[in-house]
Amino acid sequence: MEIRIQVPNVAGESERIQKPAGSSFPDSGSSQSPARAFLQSRRSSAFADRIFSAVILLCALCIFAIVALILYELVSGSRLSIDKFGVAFFFRSAWDPVNGDYGAFPFIYGTLVSSILALIIAVPLAVGVAVFLTEMCPGFLRAPLAFVTELLAAIPSVVYGLWAIFVLVPLLRDSVNPFLIRVLGWSGLFVEPNYGVGMFAGGVILAIMILPIVSSLTREVISAVPQAQREAALALGATRWEMIRMGVLRNARIGIVGAIILGLGRALGETMAVTMVIGNRPEISRSLLDLGYSMASVIANEFSEASDNLYLSALIEIGLALFIVTIVVNALARVLVWAVTRGAPVRGA
Amino acid sequence: MGVGIEVSELNAWYGSNHTLQNINLRIPANHATALIGPSGCGKSTFVRCLNRMHETNPVGRVTGSVLIGQLDIYTQASPVEIRRRVGMVFQRPNPFPTMSIYDNVASGLRLNGYRNRVVLDEVVQRSLEQAALWEEVKDDLKKKSGASLSGGQQQRLCIARALAVDPEVMLMDEPASALDPVSTAKIEDLIFQLKSQYTIVIVTHNMQQAARVAENTGFFLNGRLVEFDATHKIFTNPRDKRTEDYITGRFG
Ligand SMILES: Nc1ncnc2c1ncn2[C@@H]1O[C@H](COP(=O)(O)OP(=O)(O)OP(=O)(O)O)[C@@H](O)[C@H]1O
Ligand SMILES: [Mg+2]
Repeated sequence: MEIRIQVPNVAGESERIQKPAGSSFPDSGSSQSPARAFLQSRRSSAFADRIFSAVILLCALCIFAIVALILYELVSGSRLSIDKFGVAFFFRSAWDPVNGDYGAFPFIYGTLVSSILALIIAVPLAVGVAVFLTEMCPGFLRAPLAFVTELLAAIPSVVYGLWAIFVLVPLLRDSVNPFLIRVLGWSGLFVEPNYGVGMFAGGVILAIMILPIVSSLTREVISAVPQAQREAALALGATRWEMIRMGVLRNARIGIVGAIILGLGRALGETMAVTMVIGNRPEISRSLLDLGYSMASVIANEFSEASDNLYLSALIEIGLALFIVTIVVNALARVLVWAVTRGAPVRGA
Repeated sequence: MGVGIEVSELNAWYGSNHTLQNINLRIPANHATALIGPSGCGKSTFVRCLNRMHETNPVGRVTGSVLIGQLDIYTQASPVEIRRRVGMVFQRPNPFPTMSIYDNVASGLRLNGYRNRVVLDEVVQRSLEQAALWEEVKDDLKKKSGASLSGGQQQRLCIARALAVDPEVMLMDEPASALDPVSTAKIEDLIFQLKSQYTIVIVTHNMQQAARVAENTGFFLNGRLVEFDATHKIFTNPRDKRTEDYITGRFG
């Protein structure tokens, strides 16, 4: 049956509305269409709406409550160490359980440097993979390749750690690092001693671990860019690369930054694989090939050995530091997004 | 100066859907040519074959030849070269949302490496004036984005963007379908001015518009070109019964 929209029968005007001649349409006064009768029989659901918003609000508040609770626990657990060292804890380099002298700086440094290193290595690769998969990959390869990239995310981090110890570290020690020392030695970032394990190895393994999440999110953002944007660029005579730059990446850039932030979040908190290759020595060295330590690693390694209350409290305060660093980094990233997008008038697709 | 277009034995497919069948047509240089026909008959597909845009669709396929001037666009040139010479305005406006109005219009020139500020400023202003948008946007050229405009303004922005690269042929797929009568009249004026220098192909559902701006009109039906002739002949004395039915509103 054909569905027609009828003019509403406003009281007093009904006689002015004429039925089309010879219409087989039922008179709306006597018998209504089933759809209309159904819709009119429904009451307004304002009450359900209110319940719904209350439930949703509750869920949202839960998140705040959890965050506040974690913060409270971290602060109260690190009371001893906070009282002893004060704010200086975050900037001290000492880590001497025997004499009860603690500071978080080498760990904060290790976490930040290894994560940034991971981003520097992973982001170009991840964006490249995503662009390849969405824009250039022949159709039959697309699904398998995407699947394999995503599979990387499912590997437990201890397996990454083992692989790093047996494959990555020897490779770095024997081939990659000597090359870096030769080429980039002048910068002071890559100098002897070369142990294989160390900050650089930590960064590389983190890069491999965050690659899947960054690339699969980037891929999603890129495929959400409307085809019309690609066509707009092509119609102006863009080559494929220019089309990708102008019609795709430019529109997707905010989403890509979001993907990077998520990857960074994962890198900051990653424990196991990093612990296995970063060297576990709480020192700050300019050379990336030197040994380092990260916040998550020291907590995992030393928590069970923490023999006295101050030691335990210092470790918990490192947890607090990790919490704060994560929040600060995320806030900074958000400011960055804001700064990047402020110049250009708008958000991407 | 515009160049003529000669289409022979053109066939196009979307997957197994044979969308255009044996189209033969000569579009004269420096004239406006209108394409009319019911929805879904293949008008958009046809114009997309004229700048090799159809083949960017993963299931799109084309056979036959299209000569633009002396150049066979499917065998003698790359799509990129063709699209620099053949501008296109799409049925649905597609400005770049992350670019300002100015950058949108300048995008074609910038893409090809053009950097001279003074000339860019001039071109942007001229193109926006031609597209009847200048007065509305001149105060926030660099402040507002392409996406912050209304639908009709966006369409005129896209027209300006296509004009800025000074193409020889201009393909316009229903450029005025989202415009109010005043802007529509301005676009028609624009087509009038442009056709002394460009070859214009315009798809439209508005018969009066076809009659006003185009010297020649083609009528498409179900993927075939039913009739192609001088506009006044199509509208007053069509050869084909189906054309007559369509323009008199008996179907479509
Ligand atoms: N992207 C696509 N994929 C598959 N089929 C398509 C696609 N675009 C169009 N078609 C098919 O091709 C045929 C012609 O479509 P086209 O867009 O050329 O029509 P049109 O004449 O421009 O119609 P309208 O006046 O509504 O714009 C239609 O039957 C449509 O189903
Ligand atoms: Mg169309």
